[in-house]
Amino acid sequence: MVLAPRPEDLDFILHDMLRVEELAEYPRFEEHGRETFEAVLETARRIAEDKFQPHNRAADLAEPKLVDGKVEIIPEIGQAIEAFNQAGFSAAHHDEALGGMQLPWTVVQAAFVHFQAANLSTAAYPFLSIAAANLIRAQGTDAQKARYLGPLLKGRYFGTMVLSEPHAGSSLSDVRTTAKPDGNQGYRLTGSKMWISGGEHEMAENILHLVLARIEGAPAGVKGLSLFLVPRIREDGALNDVRLVGLNHKMGYRGTVNTALAFGDGGDCHGELIGEANEGLAYMFGMMNEARIGVGLGAIMLAYQGYLTSLDYARERPQGRHPGEKDPDAPQVMLIEHADIRRMLLKQKAVAEGGLALGLWLARLVDRHGQDPSERERIEAGLLLDIVTPIIKAFFSDQALAANDAAIQIMGGAGYTRDHPVEQYWRDNRLNPIHEGANGIQAIDLLGRKATMRDGAAFGLLVREIEAETVTARQAPMLEDLSDQLSSALNRVRHVTSVLTSAQLGPMKMLANASEYMEMMGHLVLAWIWLRQASAAVEGLRGEDGGHVGDREDFLKGKLHTCRYVFARELPKISPLADTLEHFDMTTFDMDTEWF
Amino acid sequence: MKVLVPVKRVIDYNVKVRVKADQTGVELANVKMSMNPFDEISVEAALRMKEAGQASEVVAVSLGVQQCQETIRTALAMGADRGIHVLHDGELEPLAVAKMLKAIVDKEEPGLVILGKQAIDDDCNQTGQMLAALLGWAQGTFISRLEVGDGELKATREVDGGLETVALKTPAIVTTDLRLNEPRYASLPNIMKAKKKPIDQMSPADLGVDPAPRLETLKVVEPDKREAGVIVADVTELVDKLRNEAKVI
Ligand SMILES: Cc1cc2nc3c(=O)[nH]c(=O)nc-3n(C[C@H](O)[C@H](O)[C@H](O)COP(=O)(O)OP(=O)(O)OC[C@H]3O[C@@H](n4cnc5c(N)ncnc54)[C@H](O)[C@@H]3O)c2cc1C
Repeated sequence: MVLAPRPEDLDFILHDMLRVEELAEYPRFEEHGRETFEAVLETARRIAEDKFQPHNRAADLAEPKLVDGKVEIIPEIGQAIEAFNQAGFSAAHHDEALGGMQLPWTVVQAAFVHFQAANLSTAAYPFLSIAAANLIRAQGTDAQKARYLGPLLKGRYFGTMVLSEPHAGSSLSDVRTTAKPDGNQGYRLTGSKMWISGGEHEMAENILHLVLARIEGAPAGVKGLSLFLVPRIREDGALNDVRLVGLNHKMGYRGTVNTALAFGDGGDCHGELIGEANEGLAYMFGMMNEARIGVGLGAIMLAYQGYLTSLDYARERPQGRHPGEKDPDAPQVMLIEHADIRRMLLKQKAVAEGGLALGLWLARLVDRHGQDPSERERIEAGLLLDIVTPIIKAFFSDQALAANDAAIQIMGGAGYTRDHPVEQYWRDNRLNPIHEGANGIQAIDLLGRKATMRDGAAFGLLVREIEAETVTARQAPMLEDLSDQLSSALNRVRHVTSVLTSAQLGPMKMLANASEYMEMMGHLVLAWIWLRQASAAVEGLRGEDGGHVGDREDFLKGKLHTCRYVFARELPKISPLADTLEHFDMTTFDMDTEWF
Repeated sequence: MKVLVPVKRVIDYNVKVRVKADQTGVELANVKMSMNPFDEISVEAALRMKEAGQASEVVAVSLGVQQCQETIRTALAMGADRGIHVLHDGELEPLAVAKMLKAIVDKEEPGLVILGKQAIDDDCNQTGQMLAALLGWAQGTFISRLEVGDGELKATREVDGGLETVALKTPAIVTTDLRLNEPRYASLPNIMKAKKKPIDQMSPADLGVDPAPRLETLKVVEPDKREAGVIVADVTELVDKLRNEAKVI
């Protein structure tokens, strides 16, 4: 079976577009170079193909179940995670002293997308553990790091993120779980949590729950939330008071067990504070920002899988003849010969390859943010991450789902059956617009906070980045028209943004069309990332890089043409969205709830 | 004892191989290349010997284009100690490879050479046997089990009739079959270590071998497409079809 990403595409994004070898200029990565990066990616691809991909359907068919009070999960999931950990992926970006290889985050992500493409729900377990380790590394005390980091990086312990409660999903300010000091540095937690992925199972020696809770007497709202580490098994070896209330039965993403948990039913749930009291949400979001890029990339990888699967199918399924062919005895043509099929393939290619390019560009910003010697560079990278993260999470997860829909459509009846994997990709992907902050909430975050933060500094940096690309692209005659088109789209978006953020509409009305704003920004960013790829493709076609053009000609022409597709068919969608926003259209807002 | 493991760079086993339009060979441009899967099994076998204290050093050898160094690096990242690369840009036939390996064996004096039973690109299944003949060493081919004793090996061979176990005096040649082991992945820490391991480069001339092909490839074509089957009504029709259409009886 095919596995995304296509190696030549990953190579193109990492080297032609992002020039990842330059990361070795940062002292932390000086031991690295193209050779180690490629070896790591090769190991990732192999393990993804051998250990993750084969049980993707099996895990869908046999969802986790409760047997005698224990969560039963098909063994292939644990075996795959073990191979992942044995190869060192959980520790990859950490210090050598901790057993890591100080791999740049860009390469860690480029490796991880293989596991996401192969089996998103199995990849979710190490995904959560890596995020938990990052959080403990950033905020934990020395004692906490000494105790928990080692086992997390080796994969002996797994981590979870425990925010949601039955009555508090999007609205975390309503979290009710409480923590009472036990008089001995520790806390006792009480509360119900909902939707917790990886919340209970037998695959790890221990599960470390990172739980948002309110210390007794803390302020109401998100300002009173603190973060606690609650182990499934306490240091003294006793089972902690964390009870599995039940499992949720999902439409997709089934390999990841999803749980409702009761903390402290018996009054004896031990937890330790991470970092400062009342800073919990900031810490959690510190971790979740990277997780959100990961969620976007996960969605994009499913789009990529669907693209490659439907592409193979379209190349091999004979069906129909060209319009105008009168001879019924003429052989049928392959599906891919039909313009409408190519439309749907292009749509998927745009989202899949464009999304991967954007996700890895963001990962490279994470490296710049963490490693650049110039403070200004670090701050700017951070601001760009702030503003583009909700876009990859929300716009791309929506588009990726639409891409999977196109994959099913291309395959017709076959695509609708369980004999082919695309229906599962769609179901698995349906989660991504919901979790890690529903897309509607991401849109509100983008327009309500990110576009205006620090007097629009983040927005300004994104504008600068896009402008810079229009200048680069203009140097290639064949990209001049696209460069102009992106410039005028950018001007339109700037205008809309300033109208929206300066009009005295009040937050209710200003945010009423946040989703349209997200969509407009998403299309702008999609066009920009494609123009970046097109510039790199033009460069590649010149063959300055050792003259490998011959090998890559079709591939590079495909990049250029997909860029043209995005500018002809996707970027123009900005216009009606901008109209809606600029004219403060309140049709949805004005619908009385009683009129439905 | 020292163990020598030849590793060949071949089209990745997942790639759908396409014949070039001009029928001179298969499409290699922009195609993913990897270590021959049987050779991975050989590397694994050698590494297990080293871990069991039965081998002192594992040397990976590859012959061919510059990128063969990547294949050697993979072996080093799995755990091999050092590499030897014989740089050659043209086609290499099993006999030329066997001759060059013999020259390397003469210099390195390993106690055991572990080869894959065949390479998945040309499926020749010749190099190991030719090397054994050139060296005059004992050989155990297609092995699915290997026991290392003192000066002697017990190799279990997968043959048509089942399993056959042969005792080989060392130095010896074995060629590996699929069921011998499940090769490990190059782990990330080992990838970093592999960077520092040495790879010697030499040319066929350094080994005193003329690698020019002895065979000429006339053309390469796709195998015939299999036609769809038919369901016959009864035995008479079957016999009739076998006799008159398929002409096999
Ligand atoms: C499979 C799965 C796995 C999950 N894993 C975890 C996990 O590991 N840990 C964890 O803590 N949580 C997890 N979640 C929870 C997830 O983050 C929440 O489902 C999500 O935040 C949405 O919350 P909700 O389900 O309560 O929906 P609601 O908050 O009720 O939202 C429903 C809809 O209303 C919209 N909406 C809500 N509030 C507003 C508003 N103020 N303005 C405009 N629109 C609004 C939302 O955009 C959404 O479309 C998981 C969920 C699922 C389904």
